[in-house]
Amino acid sequence: MNSFLQYTVQGLAAGSFYALAALGLAIIFGVLGVVNFAHGACYMLGAIVAARLQDLIGLDFWLALIVVPILMFIFGVAIERLLVSRLIQLDPLYNFLLTFGLTLLLVDLVKRQYGVSGLPYARPEILSGQFSVGDVRLPVFQVFVFVFSLLVCAAVWLLMTRTRIGMIVRASTEKPDLTRSLGVDVGRWVTPVFGFGIALAGLAGVLASPFRAITADMGSNFIIILFAVVVIGGLGSIVGAVVAGFLVGLVEAFGQAYAPQLSQIMIFMLMAAVILWRPAGLFGREETA
Amino acid sequence: MSATTTDESATRPEETASGRPGGTFLGKSTRRWLLLGIGLALALSLPWFIYPPIALDIACWALFAVALDLLLGYAGLLSFGHAAFWGGSAYVTGLVAIKMGLPFPLAVLAGMLFAMALAAPIGFMSAKRSGIYFAMVTLAFGQMLYFVVNQWRDLTGGENGLQGVPINFFGIEAIEDEPFYFYYAALPLILLGMWFAWRVVHSPFGRVLVATRDNPARARALGYNVEKYRVMVFVLSAGLAGLAGGIFALGHGFVSLQEVAWQTSGKVVLVTVLGGIGTLWGAIIGAAIIVLLEDFLASAGFDGIGIITGAVFIVVVLLFRSGVWGTVANWVARRSGKKVETDAIGAADSEQGL
Repeated sequence: MNSFLQYTVQGLAAGSFYALAALGLAIIFGVLGVVNFAHGACYMLGAIVAARLQDLIGLDFWLALIVVPILMFIFGVAIERLLVSRLIQLDPLYNFLLTFGLTLLLVDLVKRQYGVSGLPYARPEILSGQFSVGDVRLPVFQVFVFVFSLLVCAAVWLLMTRTRIGMIVRASTEKPDLTRSLGVDVGRWVTPVFGFGIALAGLAGVLASPFRAITADMGSNFIIILFAVVVIGGLGSIVGAVVAGFLVGLVEAFGQAYAPQLSQIMIFMLMAAVILWRPAGLFGREETA
Repeated sequence: MSATTTDESATRPEETASGRPGGTFLGKSTRRWLLLGIGLALALSLPWFIYPPIALDIACWALFAVALDLLLGYAGLLSFGHAAFWGGSAYVTGLVAIKMGLPFPLAVLAGMLFAMALAAPIGFMSAKRSGIYFAMVTLAFGQMLYFVVNQWRDLTGGENGLQGVPINFFGIEAIEDEPFYFYYAALPLILLGMWFAWRVVHSPFGRVLVATRDNPARARALGYNVEKYRVMVFVLSAGLAGLAGGIFALGHGFVSLQEVAWQTSGKVVLVTVLGGIGTLWGAIIGAAIIVLLEDFLASAGFDGIGIITGAVFIVVVLLFRSGVWGTVANWVARRSGKKVETDAIGAADSEQGL
């Protein structure tokens, strides 16, 4: 029972990274219709930038949680303006390919600059230890990651459902033409939304930096799992992305605990099961293909 | 796939039927035979002016890209998991060659059959969706094989790869030991694969595929089982990718984990898009460019190949969406006063360049 709770917390912590990044992926897909292949690379950049800023100017973890997403937002805006927007009128597969090319470019640039061994990152003192719940000892950091990402997801959800900006974004996702004819400048929201999605991937990266090895390849496997997450949750569904993110984290943690050789494969088995049972994903709407 | 494609496909038959026969440039069939002749001559002479193992790499990647293009260009489905079939076949071919010592065409056949058997369930599940979903699902399933291969160390050698894959061919030493002769021994298999792809494209089956690509709803209304056609072409494409991957494994004498990684799936997409989607010749040209470029960069000691290939990808997608072959074909067409297509995915003319 003790280990059960430990694995659950571990799974929810791992799922936090997936949930945050998948949330960004889902929002971008919702508004732009673009699946951002470079999302894993942006997660990696978030961690790399956090590690480099700590090394160069001593930026601590707490400030990095604010500063790095802002930098990633600017990066995302630049990518959208310079590259993605040029292909937005065409088949969405072109932007998928474009961001794939961007991934190759970013990963190898980072690899060339910082090598293949991981960058060091000092974990804040307060997050280092463990604390006890009854007779179960839980790592503080895992609990923090879970609570923090849950708060961010809740904040994004409130932003989307309770504010005017969220209303406009949701309207332009569901009925772009109708929204436009009601006098809303849909195009104006595309760039900030893309930046926001990238910032979420960067935030996941910062959050992972004291926790995982910071290497150029840290996003390579991440992006594949992320795709499985959004397929399971239903592409474009915000709730689906978050729920599936935590679900996949749990599958991964319990898989590692009880069947270490199968842990990664189990995620894809879950995806296959969802595709067979509900092709549109757990929270996706059925479309006529 | 998109609204524009249906419009274009509607105007296309008329365009070809009214048949400006070749315009300023030779007749259509003359041009086709001429291209075929040049292509064959190049394929036969390649190891004379290129280091033979590199020539074999080009031939294998060309067939791999043709296999992917069968799916992308003619069925409008972007598979991002084709490394599973190429690499899966490479491992099976390698294992059969090592453990059973069969003549190499039989080892490749075993790999090919494995790739097709693997493709059937993956295709069945992926074909439920098209477009971007298809790409993501195939990518994830492709990665599944990567994890299996990586975990099953006793059989596959894990991260060390499968070492010492022999070429067995009735004890004929020239073929077994020298890359130059092995190239000529393997070339017929590659050409057979390409001929098969060409036959598929120009068969009634191929016409139905194009119909399911341009307007799945209409194809369905005409009584075609769209999903079934998608699964069938997926399995055929996987078989060709497996044929290429098996020969590649034998040519190198080992199989690395890289062959089943998603980066390899991405590379074959790059090769196809660079050459020109929906043009089988383009796939071959794309393969030659990428293999030679990577060989050049590697021998120049440049260790960030992804920087170059990634940048090439971005530029091609932004500026030359119809690829090298398509750009040249459009240029020729423009000179003879024809209408030019710019959107390549799902809109490439299946006759173009063949």
